[in-house]
Amino acid sequence: MQPCEAPMASTAPATASSLTTTAKDRRLDAESAGWVQTLGSTGLMREQALARLHDMLLRIARSELRRRSGRHPITGPELDDLAHQAAADALLAITGELDGFRGESRFTTWAYRFVILEVSTKLGRHFWQKPTVALDTEAWERLPDRFGMDPGDHAQWRGLVDALHRIVEEDLTPRQREVFVAIVLQGVPLDALVVRLGTNRNAIYKTLYDARRKLRTSLAANGYLTTAANSADVDLADADEGKRS
Amino acid sequence: MTKWPALDRFLATDPSDVGCEQTLEVLHVYVEMVLQDADGSAARRYPGLVAHLAACPPCDDDFQCLLTAAGAPS
Repeated sequence: MQPCEAPMASTAPATASSLTTTAKDRRLDAESAGWVQTLGSTGLMREQALARLHDMLLRIARSELRRRSGRHPITGPELDDLAHQAAADALLAITGELDGFRGESRFTTWAYRFVILEVSTKLGRHFWQKPTVALDTEAWERLPDRFGMDPGDHAQWRGLVDALHRIVEEDLTPRQREVFVAIVLQGVPLDALVVRLGTNRNAIYKTLYDARRKLRTSLAANGYLTTAANSADVDLADADEGKRS
Repeated sequence: MTKWPALDRFLATDPSDVGCEQTLEVLHVYVEMVLQDADGSAARRYPGLVAHLAACPPCDDDFQCLLTAAGAPS
């Protein structure tokens, strides 16, 4: 059985295409129309609009880098430099994709998304300059702590952790195993793993999603989940089978 | 189900989860719906996106940031 071939997107009503289709002929609010007009013009008006938008993007980039400060070691001038890079790259992307703005939201909300994604991407790249986690071992001993298992309850979780280890080794694909080890055992941020593996966030997420499903199914099959969960697992698997067939 | 909620959350997968790509593509639309949402209709209309944000910390981070930025005066 192909595990979780298309759990994402196939069952949800909120697809990107449905949203953009319904918004095609939407009239822009006055402020958004002003942004589109000035950014699409030439000369001083455009330059002023670009400068104003850059300032707004820079403010958000700085704010977001500070908000995530507990998860990265970047401070001071280096943080400000990263914020400037994110704002500049976002501005370039926004002007390049101006025709793609259809008015489904205010222009500024649409534009802010670019700089937020730039911040996430740049933090992922920066992670490898000064990794904040140990990457030398698979660190299976960290697994209980990752899942909030008290050392005092060792006797209760030892068998479950051993089973997880065995399933990861024997049942996951090499790619699923690589992603599981990096994210769960080593604590590599997902966006950093994206950079290391040269892929995108969706691909890593789906790989881990499939691994999670496989682990759950195998744990249930081997009696490590409670009866209620086993029942739910079977129901879920049956439902997914039905959707694929 | 296990005795450890964090492990249960990790093992739980929602078939309606739309994934990162679709979530990020419409994040700006969803954020504005949430900002104007008085009765939870955004979550009811886009359950697959809600399921994804609950399971994907990086996308939820981006969502929270965009929500804050879009909700603040420009």
